[in-house]
Amino acid sequence: MRVEITGVGGQQFPIAIAPFAHEGAGAQEVDAIVRADLARSGLFRIIDAGAQPIAENANVNLADWKTRGADALVIGSSRRLADGRYDVRFRLLDTVKQTQLDGLSYLAPAAELRLTAHRIADRIYEKLTGERGVFATRIAYVVQTSRNSWELHVADADGANSQAALRSREPIISPAWAPDGIRLAYVSFETGKPVVYVHTVTTGERKAVANFRGSNSAPAWSPDGRSLAVTLTREGNSQIFLMNADGSNVRRLTQSSGIDTEPVFSPDGQSIFFTSDRGGGPQIYRMPASGGPAQRMTFGGDYNISPRLSPDGKLMAYVARRSGRFQVMVHDLVSGTDSPVTDTARDESPSFAPNGRLLLYATEVNGRGILASASVDGRVRTRLSGPSGDIREPTWGPYIK
Amino acid sequence: MQYYARYASSAVAAAAVILMVAGCSSVKLDEQAPAPIVDAGAGGAGGAGATDSRAVAPVTTASTKGVDPFTDPNNPLSKKSVFFDFDSFVVKSEFQPLVEAHGKYLAANSGRQIKIEGNTDERGGREYNLALGQKRAEAVKQRLLLMGARDAQIETVSFGKEKPRATGSNEETWAQNRRADIVYK
Repeated sequence: MRVEITGVGGQQFPIAIAPFAHEGAGAQEVDAIVRADLARSGLFRIIDAGAQPIAENANVNLADWKTRGADALVIGSSRRLADGRYDVRFRLLDTVKQTQLDGLSYLAPAAELRLTAHRIADRIYEKLTGERGVFATRIAYVVQTSRNSWELHVADADGANSQAALRSREPIISPAWAPDGIRLAYVSFETGKPVVYVHTVTTGERKAVANFRGSNSAPAWSPDGRSLAVTLTREGNSQIFLMNADGSNVRRLTQSSGIDTEPVFSPDGQSIFFTSDRGGGPQIYRMPASGGPAQRMTFGGDYNISPRLSPDGKLMAYVARRSGRFQVMVHDLVSGTDSPVTDTARDESPSFAPNGRLLLYATEVNGRGILASASVDGRVRTRLSGPSGDIREPTWGPYIK
Repeated sequence: MQYYARYASSAVAAAAVILMVAGCSSVKLDEQAPAPIVDAGAGGAGGAGATDSRAVAPVTTASTKGVDPFTDPNNPLSKKSVFFDFDSFVVKSEFQPLVEAHGKYLAANSGRQIKIEGNTDERGGREYNLALGQKRAEAVKQRLLLMGARDAQIETVSFGKEKPRATGSNEETWAQNRRADIVYK
């Protein structure tokens, strides 16, 4: 059994996730997390499974579930042990062939209960689609909690379980995950101007890697994690430079008289996409990663910024201004077509999930920034949870080994 | 600022305590016949037209070194913000006296250094606005160089849309935030 992934108009796969049998404080949240993860992916239609818990060892009549419209059924249990850990078990059942597709048990420390739920969702996703799930990955974003308070947060892919990695009295922008999923590069204004830092999240160790005269911003990691492309103004206006990840060996990549910024590497490391106003307004261009002639990529409208590439290199997400509205768009680099992903007006910072199927971005509701995810075709959009405050600059992290 | 505010309020509190003590020791309350209430407002004591013997009229001396050019409102050096049109980094002619004054001052005082901080309104991407704010700071710098300031005296930086002076989503606040500030080090 496979979920066909066909993009716009693709059939959603009907799945029922029964409430897990649960015992002990906190144990009841597992099946809800699995359900929300799969629904957010856009590939599944969640069939109502009622309120009756069904443990992984229960006898179920799969034909009944088929009749209720579910092609697959998930059952399981979650039990808090005396030592505080959780025993979590699940089975994934095929109601059409009436067979078991998967079954696993986990022993999880209390702090990893949510992660365990995300891992179960990843197992189910992979069994049914053949592709790796992204629910156990992490995201980072910035939240402004008051007029003079900014925090850089790391959270689960659904926005929950967020933790502040950095707190500052000055703005923080443009976080970018290193391919190792442990280091973040970002721009901090803490010294009174924009400076690029590399910060190891696990230890809190951080280093200013670009602190030249003028402004330093827009860090982007090369796919091998050895280099950073950054925007520097040390020679005048904003231009793109390449440096080693420790800040050494700085060389200029662009040579325009205007603005060149927001560099991002293609997944093969061969090209850098960036935003430039060389044609008048801001548009997205592509150049060789070692510099050289640039090719314009966007032509619709007079304001296209913030390019990000899908992991397979075939799609480019960006933000377009159309009639005063800022919306996430996807440009197909093979066919050349552009499609809107959202219908909101103040979107920013789109980034792809590591499997390329979802986009994470920030938008505004009632004047405050919030986190949202969307399937790449825009069909399923979900508001993610987050701390109170004005959230911005989300970025989706890589798979963690 | 906060220090002075706290100092001032504790001084007021101290004064209130002293007045209370004075009141307690000087007014004997006759419990049988309540003391008449006297209006002790301004002018009440000496009568209308009389000079209050406790008044203090503040006088500031004229500095023998002349006024501080950076705070004298009649001196263009006191103005340190250049405002821009939407999506523009052109220094408008109305700011010519300002750039001329600071450019000549820097030329004459080669030991002074400044930072020019570019800002934008809230519309558009954060990094692109950072670059636009930089372009504004750079445009002001070029005008100062024409007036004789030296490159080494001026660092241009940008805050983009991250540190707005005015908050709100209307043309008035946007115009306040499309700005480059000259900051002397």
